[in-house]
Amino acid sequence: MVPKKELGLLILLVVISAVTAVLNPLFLSGVNLLDMANLIGLFGIFSIGEGLTIITGGIDLSVGSMFSLLGVVFIDLVANRDVGWPVALAAVLAGGLVLGALQGFLITRMRMQPFIVTLCGLLIYRGAARYYTDDSTMGFGYSDAADTLSWLAAGRSFGVPHSFIFLIVVAAVLGVVLHRSVFGRYLFAVGKNEEAARYSGIATNMVIAGAYVLSGLLAGVSTIFLVFYTNSVSPSTFGNFYELYAIAAAVLGGCSLRGGEGSILGIVLGTALLQVLQNLVNILGIPSSLNFAVMGTVILLGVFADQQLQRRREKAIAVAAQRARMMGVTAAADPAV
Amino acid sequence: MIELVGITKVYPGVTALDGISLRIGRGEVLGLIGENGAGKSTLMKILGGVVAPTAGVVRIDGVDHAALGVNESMRAGIAFVHQELNLFENLDVAANVCIGREPRRFGLVNRRAMRARVAPLLERLGADFGPDTAVAGLSIAQRQLIEIAKALSIEARVIIMDEPTSSLTLRETERLLGVIDELRTGRVSVIYISHRLGEVKACADRVVCLRDGRVVGELAQHEIEHATMIRLMIGRDLKALYVPPEAAQAGGGCVLDGVVTEAFPQQRVDLAVRAGEILGLAGLVGAGRTSLARALFGIDRVLGGSVLLDGSAVTVGSPREAIRAGIYLVPEDRKRSGLILDMPVVENITLASLRRYARLMLVEKRREATVSAEQRRRLSIRAPGNDTQVVTLSGGNQQKVVLAKWLSMSPRLVIFDEPTRGVDVGAKNEIYGLMRDLANSGVAILMISSDMEEVIGVSDRIAVMHEGAISGVLERPDFSELNVLRLAIGHGLETAEAG
Repeated sequence: MVPKKELGLLILLVVISAVTAVLNPLFLSGVNLLDMANLIGLFGIFSIGEGLTIITGGIDLSVGSMFSLLGVVFIDLVANRDVGWPVALAAVLAGGLVLGALQGFLITRMRMQPFIVTLCGLLIYRGAARYYTDDSTMGFGYSDAADTLSWLAAGRSFGVPHSFIFLIVVAAVLGVVLHRSVFGRYLFAVGKNEEAARYSGIATNMVIAGAYVLSGLLAGVSTIFLVFYTNSVSPSTFGNFYELYAIAAAVLGGCSLRGGEGSILGIVLGTALLQVLQNLVNILGIPSSLNFAVMGTVILLGVFADQQLQRRREKAIAVAAQRARMMGVTAAADPAV
Repeated sequence: MIELVGITKVYPGVTALDGISLRIGRGEVLGLIGENGAGKSTLMKILGGVVAPTAGVVRIDGVDHAALGVNESMRAGIAFVHQELNLFENLDVAANVCIGREPRRFGLVNRRAMRARVAPLLERLGADFGPDTAVAGLSIAQRQLIEIAKALSIEARVIIMDEPTSSLTLRETERLLGVIDELRTGRVSVIYISHRLGEVKACADRVVCLRDGRVVGELAQHEIEHATMIRLMIGRDLKALYVPPEAAQAGGGCVLDGVVTEAFPQQRVDLAVRAGEILGLAGLVGAGRTSLARALFGIDRVLGGSVLLDGSAVTVGSPREAIRAGIYLVPEDRKRSGLILDMPVVENITLASLRRYARLMLVEKRREATVSAEQRRRLSIRAPGNDTQVVTLSGGNQQKVVLAKWLSMSPRLVIFDEPTRGVDVGAKNEIYGLMRDLANSGVAILMISSDMEEVIGVSDRIAVMHEGAISGVLERPDFSELNVLRLAIGHGLETAEAG
């Protein structure tokens, strides 16, 4: 089976890159490509988590604020409290996990809407981070306690940024989970029709909560990469809007906000496309104030085109079904009106 | 004044109404009776302009209308009091009565004029609340009065009441009958649709009975008796569908011991479904059959009593637990709760048993495909392949996919809720055959059905529910439409003849 959506996205990515490269050959320079790879890695990791929540028919608006809260906690532990980096790392990952689990609990057990729960998460975590630091920027100072982790997160091997390598690993693992595992099948089933999934004996609450836990965990991982990318955290701006990048990447990559659709490859390609667009704005000398406008336009056109294709596909299916019925398989009469 | 002439409505494969002619006189209360699916609701939808007839006309004041629109119907003075009431809970009574026709002054709603218009209507109906009361706090009976007031405020000439008393208490019912009397003296006609023959007898001037989309009889006021009405409702030819079980089973099965469901917290359900039998569960719509199925499958809570499978009690706190215990449900609304329509056939079939086809939590697609292909052959599901989306299949084949999901596992009790609704005739018989095979393999089967032909033709025994409790269990020699219907409307088997 050829994933048509992903193929279309890939073609779009290649075409936009080619046009940009023709207009400014610097686009293809090693420095620029590696820089983009690094950003794709940084943004891709948590976009995958976001995609999982969207596949269940939900959304996670809280990741950007999570970066800020977990980021200041991490720097505080390492730079001010002399905690070893492995412990601090574990604390951040556990923090993401717990926040994700909490949101999952509220959404499934308390039957609250994902949008509301994670919107409140966005506000609360941001506020907590700013209060925690008295709204001042935190940096590592002269501490070199986390040099190893810094190299792991922000370093390069064979010239390739570690964040990009890590994204490939995460995408490969979660690609198998989503597209091959029982849990992955359940995620799609719950997203497409939660009631039928429950009637088939699936513990739908656990599946949905699982998506938020994974999103929280990946936000924890991303926090580490982002902290070492900027080397400091200003709690009021760190990670601002990043949840929107993640949602945009997931939607561009074929996740439907109605749930039940999407792929890991699509989300990664969506992230890449967003970063290429950002890069294009810079490298072609378009005023950077137009950054968001360009991104918004491309997403709008992309989703519109996809919907048109989808409609044509559905029509084809309907025609096929009708033909099948005419070939002896009688249609269901529906007297229950 | 209002007359239906030769109304016919054909749905693909089914004739819902077949040449119905009906006159409604001024100030007349017309009782409309008939079994589930006799065509009453379709007929009323045509009168309301919601559904267009295939043939025939609605004659209003001598003018023929081939297809009545909703607006024309309203202008002709036809009003509905629905089973599910359509009121705005956040508004008060007066606003609800005048909705869309608010008296205005300077473009703003004139509250005083609105109140003045609504108060006398409420008084006329004997309402115990005023126009300023908030709807949210009112009972269903009171809300019904608002609907009737609304109908009167647009000068309705015919008010259609579809099962208006299904959720009323006895006293509220009596008051509604009083209101109907009041309407009659005001020269307003009422079409009263009800399964409760006592009420029909109490209020109707004339009774018309539908069966299989035809008018099968009409009773003048002095002829309206329980026995005559029941005689009209039943009596169609039932096809011979019955296939006897292969061999007597050694016992076992599912026993419900005083089960209490959320829908009827005052009632206890005692019922035994033997292993190897098909127990039909009949009853009127709303008698609590689906609620019972939902409770047994762990969707709603079981409030009391116990469920025993082969003698040992099982807990069914969720569908997951029910499935683990071997209780499966083929739900009434397969598109909503039985299938994931835009998933392929194979994924629907293995959805409930996916872990069996997985190693290290990864799905082994080849094994999954093998099982799916096997089930497709066994149930002769007509689909081009494993990867066909279920949404493209016909109703019968979709239902078989639901069955395939459960048959690939190990059932002990399978509950079928309206198993052949929306299924064509050929597939129907195949599904009956599969149910019989399943029973012969020692599974207990509970078949909820509103289709009399199906209940009588397929079941080994029939249990009948009435208002949340089992009102009787019939053995095959006692099977008849008459007996099922008597139990369904809450008459005992002996007393019905006298009533």
